[in-house]
Amino acid sequence: MLDDFLVRAVFAGVGVAVAAGPLGSFVVWRRMAYFGDATAHAAILGVALALIFSVPVSLGTLVVALIMATAVSWLSTRGHAMDATLGVLAHSALALGLVAISFVPGVRVDLSAFLFGDILAVSKSDVAVIWIGALFVAALLAWRWSRLLTATLSRELAAASGIDAEREGLVLTLALAVVVALALKVVGALLIAAMLIIPAASARGLARTPEQMAFIAVGIGALSAGAGLWGSWVLDTPAGPSIVTASAAVFVLVALFGRLLRR
Amino acid sequence: MSLIATEDLQVTYGNRKVLDGVNVSVEPGEIVTLVGPNGSGKSTLVKAILGVVKPSGGRVHRDRTLRIGYVPQKLHIDASLPLTVARFLSLPRRHAADKTAAALARVGMAGLEKHQMSDLSGGQLQRVLLARALLTDPQILILDEPTQGLDQPGEAAFYELLEAVRRETGVAVFMVSHDLHVVMSTSDRVICLNHHICCQGTPKVVRNAPEYRALFGHGTHGALALYQHDHDHDHDHGDHQETDQDA
Repeated sequence: MLDDFLVRAVFAGVGVAVAAGPLGSFVVWRRMAYFGDATAHAAILGVALALIFSVPVSLGTLVVALIMATAVSWLSTRGHAMDATLGVLAHSALALGLVAISFVPGVRVDLSAFLFGDILAVSKSDVAVIWIGALFVAALLAWRWSRLLTATLSRELAAASGIDAEREGLVLTLALAVVVALALKVVGALLIAAMLIIPAASARGLARTPEQMAFIAVGIGALSAGAGLWGSWVLDTPAGPSIVTASAAVFVLVALFGRLLRR
Repeated sequence: MSLIATEDLQVTYGNRKVLDGVNVSVEPGEIVTLVGPNGSGKSTLVKAILGVVKPSGGRVHRDRTLRIGYVPQKLHIDASLPLTVARFLSLPRRHAADKTAAALARVGMAGLEKHQMSDLSGGQLQRVLLARALLTDPQILILDEPTQGLDQPGEAAFYELLEAVRRETGVAVFMVSHDLHVVMSTSDRVICLNHHICCQGTPKVVRNAPEYRALFGHGTHGALALYQHDHDHDHDHGDHQETDQDA
């Protein structure tokens, strides 16, 4: 079954949705959208470094995303003006990555595959890596769920219950870096944040509890992956952007009709 | 042994000393009220006790197993977070449905389980916060200006509830208040804070202390500093005496 590239692509997309649903919910609740963007853009720098030092691309992106996410969350706890700081970091990392890739000797690199994803080219081992990573992130978030939620509500409320909000923040940082490394192949660096935010934001209108929102976000993400791939097949459009377009369509539908569904 | 104690606690934000040499302790069953003007470091002291703010000097002693029930000044819940009252009460630890129902009933909010937290009024939210604090069977309740943003009847009702809960459970209370009007009449001790401890003692002692009057009486000719309670301030009698004067 996995011999069909379209089936592999669907599996890859659904795998990303499994991790992006719950993580994306936290990104929305904690207003970390730009934080996700900065980390995702840094992935391009990771690609460049991985190619230069000839290590696997997913390892390079994971390490650089981890460094970026840690740096950003460290800066945020030091009370820096986050808006400008994130902007500087995100775009510098992206630009620096693009410049660095041009220095990679030998093969010409297909830049658009990293910027917009290349989900139709995922191999069986890519699918395996995506699912292992996605299940790791889902398990990590499930394990810390109550603590993460309490820390998201209020640092003081968390501290009174013996929860270190900063440590829980690191859990999200780690999860974000893993998801960025996984999703790079699927939707590309420019649209990873969209995969995190749009399904979760769509799920908000249908959910009454945080858990419902996370599960619905997984469903919407998976649905978008399937619908986007189908659309891309039928209309011959780029796959990654088609997936994000599909999730945007779900968002609009929920915004328009979600109220009726909840009644 | 004290439930919580600070030892020469010092907290600085940048170059600003917010707290300096603060020694505060709360014994089991004790009611301690912290008063001080805005910006005097009250909330910072609470945060340091909770462990959210790291001291730049001195120490905070608090048993690792101490069960704290914390009621914040306010809780902003982002509109993007769907959260029912029932789910909130079970954070971070799950409680049985009958336990949460009983806690809600105790604070006069029975049947509110399915409401969204973001739909609650200010007074309802503070009561739900108190219910959550009580669910952990706390040894100490820490309340940081819990009635800020409530109107006067709401404030009075909240304190009545708090006094009743305290009578039933004997839990120790450490409460921050912006002035002496709204301290619990049963406070064992009032601590007046303005970056350092200005004075402390029973409510009566503190409200007569020159340090307190200097801090609160200024500009309002002492009107704000009056500690008014029915039993120690009765204008109906012709020979009206300030009974607290001879205390």
